[in-house]
Amino acid sequence: MAAGAASGGSATTDTYKEARNWLLLPSWLVLGIFVLMPVLMMLVYSFLTKEFRGGVIWEFSTDAYDQFFFDRGLFGDEPPKIEWTYITIFWRSIWQAGAATLLSLLIGFPTAYFIATRPEKTRAIWVFLITIPYWVNLLIRTVSMKFMLRDNGPVNDFLLGIGIINDPITIVNTNFAVQLGLFYSYLPFMVLPIYASVERYNFNLSEAAADLYASKMTTLRRILLPAVKPGVVAGCILVFVPSLGSFLAPDLLGGAKNFMIGSLIEEQFKGNAGNWPFGAAASMVLLSMVLIILMIFARQQAKAGKEAS
Amino acid sequence: MKQELTNAIDVQNAVKRYGDFTALKKISLSIKDNEFFTLLGPSGCGKTTLLRMIAGFEDVTEGDILLYGEPIADLPPNKRPINTVFQNYALFPHMTILENVAFGVEMRGASKSDAQTRAGKMLELVQLSQFSARKPSQLSGGQQQRVALARALAPQPKLLLLDEPLSALDLKLRKAMQIELKHLQRETGITFIFVTHDQEEALTMSDRIAVMSAGELQQLGEARDIYERPRNMFVADFIGETNLLEVSVDAIADGRATCHLGGGHELTCNAVDGIGVGAKVHMSLRPERLFISDRPTDAEGLKGTVRENIFVGTDISTIVDLAEGLDFIVRTSNSDRGNRRIFEPGNEVFVNMEHGAARLLVD
Repeated sequence: MAAGAASGGSATTDTYKEARNWLLLPSWLVLGIFVLMPVLMMLVYSFLTKEFRGGVIWEFSTDAYDQFFFDRGLFGDEPPKIEWTYITIFWRSIWQAGAATLLSLLIGFPTAYFIATRPEKTRAIWVFLITIPYWVNLLIRTVSMKFMLRDNGPVNDFLLGIGIINDPITIVNTNFAVQLGLFYSYLPFMVLPIYASVERYNFNLSEAAADLYASKMTTLRRILLPAVKPGVVAGCILVFVPSLGSFLAPDLLGGAKNFMIGSLIEEQFKGNAGNWPFGAAASMVLLSMVLIILMIFARQQAKAGKEAS
Repeated sequence: MKQELTNAIDVQNAVKRYGDFTALKKISLSIKDNEFFTLLGPSGCGKTTLLRMIAGFEDVTEGDILLYGEPIADLPPNKRPINTVFQNYALFPHMTILENVAFGVEMRGASKSDAQTRAGKMLELVQLSQFSARKPSQLSGGQQQRVALARALAPQPKLLLLDEPLSALDLKLRKAMQIELKHLQRETGITFIFVTHDQEEALTMSDRIAVMSAGELQQLGEARDIYERPRNMFVADFIGETNLLEVSVDAIADGRATCHLGGGHELTCNAVDGIGVGAKVHMSLRPERLFISDRPTDAEGLKGTVRENIFVGTDISTIVDLAEGLDFIVRTSNSDRGNRRIFEPGNEVFVNMEHGAARLLVD
């Protein structure tokens, strides 16, 4: 090292580069082991042949994808038609996740705004309060949600009690119950990024807008929302993506009719009845969908960024 | 009877309290139409609070504010025909310069194209037309400042408020902007209320100045009046450089007060209402109204020793010791050097004053 330093700048740069590579190694390892490897394994498994009692036979096959997209009749000898079963499940998942995201946004945005506009000392307490329910296991929270929402549960009791309804309304086993479950599961992922960007927002801008004759609604729409858009986009992605692959809420709150893609994948790996390549293929389709959606977001952000610079 | 001329702003016994803290203690003042009016004071004196009350960002605890005779204290800021240039400019970062300037015009009901035409004209006025498609972050501080000004003037407000708008600019740019602001005010004919803690800036630009301290109005008047006839110790000390001396009044005759200061020195000056014989008060002597000679020029010459000369560009400040704990700063303009001798430290000199230079102050 001393010799390197003495012999001039280029040697120092080399040492620096070497040190940098070593320092980057942990990140590469983490990315490799926890991101790249699982995806590669899934990709490989999706192109293998299924073993009937779970597991795979190491033989190349496109059967899993074929099964996902095409219907060849009961014995597989008819001309292929589009298989709507899984595409419907897929579509329903996107719809459910989208509805849950919208719900989280409608509740999460005012919540985040409220917290960010509290005095600085009390903000941490509010954030803390938001996160408390999330110390409880997701499964237990989802089950208790089911108890809350069932026909003779506290929600129906309350609604009956104040006289809004005369008969208990069925919430459990509906799409709405799944949306509520997803909303409840991922709400902090919406609140926290929005809170972070509202906290950084310069409220002087709202004053300037009011000074320039803008109403409160116009100020929200034309000044505040564009300024905190990155937080809103981040929150939506963080709620939408895990909702899309979720299986707990649809399983427990949705019943058999409201199957989502996450449950479909889960089934393939559970017990002995599963089909590993099919589960892997469905995962790959899900992953590609998420990637496409993220890329659309990213492109829009980049476009907005380019306009700004 | 209707008044001949309605004031642009009448602040009537305005009080602002935050819990137990009183930020403004019963302020009353009137600002004339088409006036360049400055609220001057150190930070925390309440000047910005008063400005924000006029803009509508702070409610009035007690009292009233009239804009051209109409009470506005209950109107929200977006219903007041008043615009503000903010200290940090508060330009909308996601909008272009043109959109920023057009915003207020559009909000007042103009069509988008009309608003942009008007905004274009305003940008011409502040010489920033070539930047209209840029975002605020791509502009320098001085340019952002002018955009903020154009944006506030574009909707043709009845009153423009400026909250320390020049404080973030460097000295040269600040001087240029001072002239530009004054020029814009004359050109547009809009009443300006300017807030600053910089007394020099206030003296340069204002038609009238209100000096504030600790939530109270200390003195209101024209720049020259405030500088030459400060009413109290705070104003004398805050505005410009001055020699503040503790004196006691020995005698008053024919409107002149004879005072003595430490070290056996005596001075006469104009008597002031409220200061009687025996009072121990302060006297203000502006350093530029004193001059030094090596022999007494009149009866008022005070004998002392030169301690130090300080070169301050246009002037030289000479510190003269008159007695233990009693010294004067005397300012000699460098352009006067031909006529006035500069004395070296240790020289025995006389400090003389122009007629009317000494002024007694109410504490």
